[in-house]
Amino acid sequence: MISLQISQVSFSYLDGLVLHNIDLSIKGGEMVGLLGPNGSGKTTLIKLVSGVLKPTQGEIRLDGSSLSRLSRKSVARSVAVVPQQFHIPFAFTVNEVVMLGRIPFLKPFAEETEVDRQFVASALDLVGISILRERRFDELSGGERQKVILAMALAQQPKLLLLDEPIVHLDIAHQVEILELVKRLNAEQGLTVIAAMHDLNLASLYFERLILLNEGRVVVDGTPSEVLTRDRIREVFSASVTVEPHPATGVPHIVVMPREKAVKRPPAP
Amino acid sequence: MRHSNKLILILFLLGGSLVASLFLASAFGAVAISLPDILKMALNKVAIFDFPSTWRVVDETIIFQIRLPRVMGGALVGAALATAGVLFQGLLRNPMADPYIIGTSAGAALGATVAMMLPINLAFLGFGLVPVAAFGCALATVVLVYNLARVGGKTPIISMLLAGFVVSALLFAIMAFLMLSMSERLDLNLHSVYSFLFGHISVTGWGQIAVITPLVIGGIIGARFFAFHLNALSLGEEGAAYLGVEVERDKMLILGLGSLLTAAAVSISGLVGFVGLVVPHAVRLSLGPDHRLLLPASALAGGAFVVIADLLARTLLAPVEIPVGVITAITGAPFFIYLLRHTRREYAF
Repeated sequence: MISLQISQVSFSYLDGLVLHNIDLSIKGGEMVGLLGPNGSGKTTLIKLVSGVLKPTQGEIRLDGSSLSRLSRKSVARSVAVVPQQFHIPFAFTVNEVVMLGRIPFLKPFAEETEVDRQFVASALDLVGISILRERRFDELSGGERQKVILAMALAQQPKLLLLDEPIVHLDIAHQVEILELVKRLNAEQGLTVIAAMHDLNLASLYFERLILLNEGRVVVDGTPSEVLTRDRIREVFSASVTVEPHPATGVPHIVVMPREKAVKRPPAP
Repeated sequence: MRHSNKLILILFLLGGSLVASLFLASAFGAVAISLPDILKMALNKVAIFDFPSTWRVVDETIIFQIRLPRVMGGALVGAALATAGVLFQGLLRNPMADPYIIGTSAGAALGATVAMMLPINLAFLGFGLVPVAAFGCALATVVLVYNLARVGGKTPIISMLLAGFVVSALLFAIMAFLMLSMSERLDLNLHSVYSFLFGHISVTGWGQIAVITPLVIGGIIGARFFAFHLNALSLGEEGAAYLGVEVERDKMLILGLGSLLTAAAVSISGLVGFVGLVVPHAVRLSLGPDHRLLLPASALAGGAFVVIADLLARTLLAPVEIPVGVITAITGAPFFIYLLRHTRREYAF
């Protein structure tokens, strides 16, 4: 299990500040959802934690060692990232794509070993796509592709899995399937998970800890019922909602209220 | 295990066809020399063989001093361009990219044109001023394009393509201006300019081969070093970074290697088109996109392709020599159109 310490982290792109003084501590084995409107800094935070962006100020520590001192390769041996989607312009098979996850462990000119092949096979198996292994990646549906990318990330044998809105392009069945799988990996293997999420209701259902960002700052950090209150969602998302308990689990369930009365249908006769 | 056996077999077959093409291309020319004789001559060079000579002494001179250097030159040009094509296509994630895409062709062409105009006649190891100027200007152009595209420590691919396009257009315009306005006054031979622009293997002895061979072989081995990273780059720069690739550093090194290989080829052949585009493409379609196989297989196939194309260029209209780039275009373009029509799906975004 790997822990994460984000201390006083700020980040600015050339044209402006994106994150202000973020302080977060994430313990090994936690499953954390990052919420916030578009442009609130979720993706930037994911990229900072993955090490592909460097903080303008502050420090990020992975298990105590400063991320900026680690090489890309050594970060990739413990941190894997699943983005919204990948486009691959060449005709790789599913097996070849998942094998890309072993690259951080392979030396130039080396061949993959039996060990690498086993990690790939078990990643395919975990995600439930062993049957697709000889298929071409570019011929798969969006949901299948996202599972392949998840399998590739798992082949990296990560201790920390970062997901950047991993299900935003998927249908509801695939969304639930991927979240259930991530939740299972978190529970069974102690995988630390941080996921930027758009869907507040799915985040409420699957994450024990939610962090709400707005304009580059942490607004609130806590359990779904602490974070997802009516007033806070109205304020941060400027959306008119009410919050009810989920019929089965009791976690907050957000119901969007249309603003215009005219949208309301006439009562049934 | 079975997988790597398959790879060895494929590379062995491709290597075999390259060697066969070398022999075949050595056999034809103004003087016909039989294949068995060439084989025996070649074996006699290995100390343990001593076949009685059934050929004239002059034949041996023709083979070893004239044809073999030229044929080897063709193989090196083809291997260099095909490898550079794989590197550029992999880095730019675009199967339509060719080695000239970021300005090497324009730089080399302008450099060669200026060198042809200068009333200087230098030669070093068989290299005149033209190949040296082409080599230097090709590399200088890439450095210029790379730096023009650089923003805040990063070199976005799209700005590099745009910078490459603009710089190429500018250099070709300067070249056209020089050709049209100066050819009367200076001793500019338009025929040699065109033969440079369309590609012509101008190897006259072993000196050039001795210089180019280490560049090309070293470049191919260097390229193979990046095979995993090129595979990772298929996911895009961000995806590659997630897999532990130092993207900006690798981008610079891969561009550098590709440009060095292209410049080496250009210095002995001018601008031979389509090799760097079609060969990697065809190899990728038949053997798959894994760069560990794609790189060496493309180098061997590219070598064989240019050797055969140059053989046709020398012999089809003998004694007139067709620029080898005309042959690679006439055979490469229809093949490419065929690929486009049949694999359009591959370029869908």
